[in-house]
Formats: sequence, C-alpha cells, structure tokens
Amino acid sequence: MTRKGKRLLSIGGIFSVIALAAGLVLTAMSDSVAYFNSPTDIVERTPGPGQRIRLGGMVESGSVVRDRGETVTFRVTDTVQSVPVTYTGILPDLFREGQGVVAEGTLGPDRLFLADTVLAKHDENYMPKEVVDDLKARGLWDHDASRPKAAGTGEGA
Amino acid sequence: MIVELGHYALILALAASIVQSVVPALGAYRGDARMMEVGQTSSLGVFLLLAFSFSALTTAYVTSDFSVANVYENSHSAKPMLFKISGVWGNHEGSMLLWVLILALFSALVASFGRDLPPSLKANVLSVQAWILTAFIAFILFTSNPFARLFPAPFEGQDLNPILQDVGLAIHPPLLYLGYVGFSIAFSFAVAALIDGRIDAAWARWVRPWTLAAWIFLTLGISMGSYWAYYELGWGGWWFWDPVENASFMPWLSGTALLHSAVVMEKRSALKVWTILLAILTFSLSLLGTFLVRSGVLTSVHAFATDPSRGVFILLILCLFIGGALALFAFRASSLESGGLFQPVSREGALVLNNLFLTTATATVLIGTLYPLLLEMVTGEKISVGEPFFNLTFGPLMVPLLLAVPFGPLLAWKRGDIAGATQRLYWAIGAALLTAIIVIALTRGTEVLASLGLGLGVWLLIGSLVDVVERANFRKAGLSTGFARLKGLPRSAFGTTLAHFGLGVTVIGIVCVSAFETEIVTSMSPGESREAGGYEIRFDDMEERSGPNYTEDVATFTLLTAGATVDRIESARRLYTARQMPTTEAGLRTEWFSQLYISLGDSAANGGATVVRIWYKPLVTLIWIGTLFMAFGGLVSLADRRLRVGAPAARKARRVAPA
Repeated sequence: MTRKGKRLLSIGGIFSVIALAAGLVLTAMSDSVAYFNSPTDIVERTPGPGQRIRLGGMVESGSVVRDRGETVTFRVTDTVQSVPVTYTGILPDLFREGQGVVAEGTLGPDRLFLADTVLAKHDENYMPKEVVDDLKARGLWDHDASRPKAAGTGEGA
Repeated sequence: MIVELGHYALILALAASIVQSVVPALGAYRGDARMMEVGQTSSLGVFLLLAFSFSALTTAYVTSDFSVANVYENSHSAKPMLFKISGVWGNHEGSMLLWVLILALFSALVASFGRDLPPSLKANVLSVQAWILTAFIAFILFTSNPFARLFPAPFEGQDLNPILQDVGLAIHPPLLYLGYVGFSIAFSFAVAALIDGRIDAAWARWVRPWTLAAWIFLTLGISMGSYWAYYELGWGGWWFWDPVENASFMPWLSGTALLHSAVVMEKRSALKVWTILLAILTFSLSLLGTFLVRSGVLTSVHAFATDPSRGVFILLILCLFIGGALALFAFRASSLESGGLFQPVSREGALVLNNLFLTTATATVLIGTLYPLLLEMVTGEKISVGEPFFNLTFGPLMVPLLLAVPFGPLLAWKRGDIAGATQRLYWAIGAALLTAIIVIALTRGTEVLASLGLGLGVWLLIGSLVDVVERANFRKAGLSTGFARLKGLPRSAFGTTLAHFGLGVTVIGIVCVSAFETEIVTSMSPGESREAGGYEIRFDDMEERSGPNYTEDVATFTLLTAGATVDRIESARRLYTARQMPTTEAGLRTEWFSQLYISLGDSAANGGATVVRIWYKPLVTLIWIGTLFMAFGGLVSLADRRLRVGAPAARKARRVAPA
C-alpha cells in the first residue's frame, strides 16, 4: 500500500469510529434521557406517554398507601399541584412523608405516574437539588427556614 | 497542641512546596546542578511534613478531641476504632489532606527512586509536582482547614455518616487516591518533557512504571468501591453510572489507553505527541473528578456537603492546570520530533486501535457526565443521563475493542499477519462459538445477546492465553522444556495475558448477572417461605439488637433444599442513633462465584410482615475477580526487568542475589 493510501486508511478509520460514537451519543440522547418535571409541569403540560421523566417534589403528608406490601402509592407535591405515583419495590431508607423525593418513570394513560426508580438521598435533611432549585425559581421556597413555604412538609425527620 | 502543630506543619509544607515549584525548574533552565538538587530534599521534606500533619489529625480522631470542628462533625466517641481512623478521610477536609499526602508521597518516590533520570528532567518533574501540591495545600488551608477549633468544645460528636461506617471506607478511598493522584506523575513527566522540548523512547520507559502503578491502584480502588456499593447500599447493583463513578472510570479508561500507547512509544519511538497528550488528559480527568465530587455541582451518594467558594477554587485549579498544560502542549508539541507512519496491520496498529476505542469511549462517558450540567447552565433545563444512555453508547464501542483484544499480542511489530493470527486463534474462535450456541440452545433462543456476550467472554479468556501458550510451545517441546521456556518469557508477556484474561472474567460476570439474575420483591411474615436460586428461603424471625452506636432489626432466613437446612442468612435494618439515620445491611451468601442477596425494606402495613427483596446473582463475583486478575497482571508487568533498564546499579544487585 502506498504511503498516501495508508494515511487515508488510518484517517478514514479514525473518523468512522468517531462518527459511530457521535451517532450513538445522539441517538441515546434523544431516547434515553429523562427530563426533570415538577408536579405542576406534569399537570399543565401533560408529557407524552413513554417519555422518561424525573418527577421531583415532596411526598405529600398522609398520602402514602401500601397495598399488599410491595406496591406503594403516594402523591408527589410541589405545594401547588400534586401527582399520584405508584411504585413496586423497596423504597429507599430515607423515604418519608414530607421529605424530598425524585421518582423516575413514565406517565401512564390515567395520569398515574409509574415510577421504576425512587430516589431519596442518604441525608436526613435532604431535599433534592433539582427540587430546591425548582421551588426557588417559582418563589415557593422559604429562604429563612430553608424549606418549602407551605407547611405541607410535616415534621420532617 | 498536637492539632496546632499539625496545622503548622501544613503551612510549612505549603512554603516548602512553593520553593520546590520554582527552584528546581529554574535550576534546570539555567543548568545549575545545586538548584536542581533542591527538589530532592524538598520533596522528601514536604512528604514528612504532610505525614506529620495527617498523623496529627488522626490523633485528634483517635482521642475523640471534639474541640476540633472536623472531628466533632464526623466522629463519635462510641464509634469503633477502625472507623475512627478511617473516618479521618470520610469527610471533605480530611480526604483532601490524604489526597495531598499521597501526591507528596509520589513526588518523594520519584525523588528517591529516579536516580537514573536525567537531572534536568527530574528537576522539572519535581517542580511540576510541586505546582499541583502548592495549589491543593493552599486549597486546604484557605477553604477547608481540617484543624479549625470549636469553642466551647462539645461533649459528643455528630458521628460519621453511617453508610461510611464500613471496612470499605478504610480501603476504597486510599486505593482510589493512589490511582487518581498517581497519574499526576505521568502528567508531570509530560509537562517536564514539553518544557525540556525533548522526548524519546527512554521517556516512555521512565513513565510506564508510574502509570502502571497508578493504574493498578485505580483498578483496585474502583473495583473495591463497586463491591462496597453493591453490599452496602442494599440495591443489589454493582455499577450505577453515577457521575462520580464515571469520574473515576474516565481516568481509568484513558490511563489504560496511556499504558498501551506508551508501549508503542517505547518500542517504536512513535506516537510521542499522542502519548504526551494522553498523559495530560488522564490526570486532567482525575482533576475533573475531584472537582465534580467536591464542588457541589452534583447530587450523588459521594458528593460532600460543600460551600460554593470551594467549587470556585477547585474550578480555578482545574482551569489553570488543564488549560496551562494544553496551552504548553499546543506551543511545544510541534517541536517534538514525531515518529513515522506504520502499517495498519501490526502490533502498533492494534495498539492505536485500542487507543482509538478507549479514548472515544472516554469521550462518550465524559459527554454523558457533563452534558446535563452544561445544559442546565445554558438553558436551565434539567435532564438526567443514566444507565440507558451509557448502555447504548459505551456498550457498542466496547464490543469491537474486546473482539480485537486477543489479536493484539499475536501481531508482530512493524508488519503483522492477520491471517496467521486468526489461524492461531482457531481454538478460541471455536470455544467462543460453541459457548454462544450452547447458551442459545439452553435458553431456547430467548437470550441471544447474552449468549453472544458470553461467547465474547470465552473468546477473551482463551484468546488471551494463546500468546503465552504458543511461545512455550508445549506440543513440540514437551512439558519440561515448555515450562522452562515459560520461565524465560518476559514478565510483561504474562502481565498482558493476565490482564486480558481478567477482562474476559469480568465480561462473563457482567453478562451473567445482567441477563440471568432473578429478583423477587415480596412481603413476608415470619414462618413464610419463597423460592429463589434453587432454594426454599424461610423467614424465621425478626430480632432487635444493639451495636456500639446503632440499634438494628435483624431478620434471620433459613435456606432449605428438600427440607434440609443448608445455611442461614441474616439481613438487617440499622438505625444509627446519633444521626437518626437508617441503613440497610444486606445478607449475602456466596456459593462458588454466585451470590444470594437478601435485603430488607419497610415493615409493611399489615402487622409483622416486612418487605423483602431477594436476588439470585449468578457468577456476580466474577466481575470483581476479573479486576483482581487485571491488577495482578499489572503487578507482574511492573516486575518486568525491561522497566528497570537504565538502572545499572540495581541490575547488578539483582544478578548477585539469586547466585
């Protein structure tokens, strides 16, 4: 093979791998990325079915219902709107009423949020950062007490 | 008093680092041997000062001196001694101190063992190390002082985050830091070479052992962290593509690429500029990891509680070092003499392919980790990039790389023979295809991907052994001559074989557990049984116990086969009293390479029942056993005599010893 041919082959090879990677990244970005939504977003905008969503807010006090043990339903609220969520599995150690939570999953046809992952961080005063930012941006955050304004948060921890 | 001395030693270490940042480099510039010698003494001095400072903080922890704010916030008098000591680095300030201590350790090692380095290169390396040291010691002193006092001193501490109260904390961070920080040596060598404007094959030979050592530690650190998360968090997962895990994985990927490209540089004097760039990038990714963990931009299990000033400080350090090094690279790289082109089908061609895939894979992980942060900064939109993204991007990129792995060592330098290599791999190809076919048949065609994955694993296992076995040539030479030949092979050949074999072991573990694990989530009352992993699992009872600083509900399960008791598994929910924080202690039973994993959830509403999650994880431990093979391969390779060429004194001593 000529010197020029070799060089072309190497450069071609390198670019095809990079192009492959770029293609993979772009496809994955459009399919498998979850968008953060507050309960208000979900009620007002109604995302399409199948769209992966991270729903963040507080677990509404008194809303947690355990039927048959392993399936749990609860409502996630941002003090303005709330969305019913159902989840099958073990909740994180720090999942409590009135505490911050992020649920990841999709919105079902009956507007019930089907979570496949529920996150609550390992810290007793935890409020997910996304939730705090969202509440702050909409003026629902009590800066003095460092917690959501409406006292729907119960006696946290 | 000892605490103040520790603080004072830290300040002295800063002063000594500043001296070391300037004097040896200036000496190298002027050709002044005495100025270059300063680096020798000062790097040892800085290490001793930091070691003293670190012991001072450790003493405060061991004696539970709650007048020190850091001890008050992260310790408790009732905490077991092991966790008092490991708690020193279970928080931001203390772990930063460990970070700089290890950095200083590496400088001191270069100063002591780098006797054969050209003096000007060594002086520059030690100065570059000192720049990093200066920046991070200043960071500790100005934003994260671990020695700050509290007045009045509280009676009792707030205890360490319970998740961290585990042997894992004693092992995982030190190993990880040895890896992260060890790459600083490759970085310093790269920058020193750019300052010198001179680089040759010998440079690669000097850098390789350090890179290899760092890589071994990082491999073990990541693997240990993965196993820790697996048993401690109670979620049963071994890798979450959490941004902080990615932060440690990226330097590992590019460090692996660096190890391979340095071989090409050493043997063929090619890829010089690329190797230098990789050395810079690898440590830059380590710094990026430090920034991501400590700046508070991420929410993660690992993220430390931080204030914004720290994030800004580290961001400055990050920009300064990465930007500075890349700018220097841009200016000087063209002056480095570059190696010629070579045949695409050859050992070096295979190593370039390895680098291409590894760096592209690093880039996809980097995009997945940083894109959400950037998007939020620019548009305010919040997204989360998780496992599905990485499975779709990283996975496909790994497949061609893993397919190519067994070919690499079989291709000759300069001009390889791909048909010949394929012929030598007939056994491996046959075994891989057979595995795939058997798995497809056993699963009745439902697990096509898994069967291909297992075939890939077997391909790696057998393919990686071919080189060594053929070089021993057992068939023609007979057993004894074969073994004698095996003895005569360079250790690096065994290193390669072991590391690639380990890769195969890990791949098999990953595929098996991803495709064939079974999971039951159920609520159980005492006396009830469930089927899992071929056993009948009976929930016996729930018992309350109390530990030194926690209380726990322990559930006992009995494993039965055909009515006969096989084993008992205990799984618990703990409540750490000081922080009122619950944790899950999973119950594990290992049989051969598989594990049965039981973790407890909430007590369900109906009295006495509890939510139980039972997994059967086939061959899961292979994931970590494979990494042990890789690390051991690195160690064997590190013992190769070739890496010590140019150390005549040491070589003589070795020759005398066996006689």
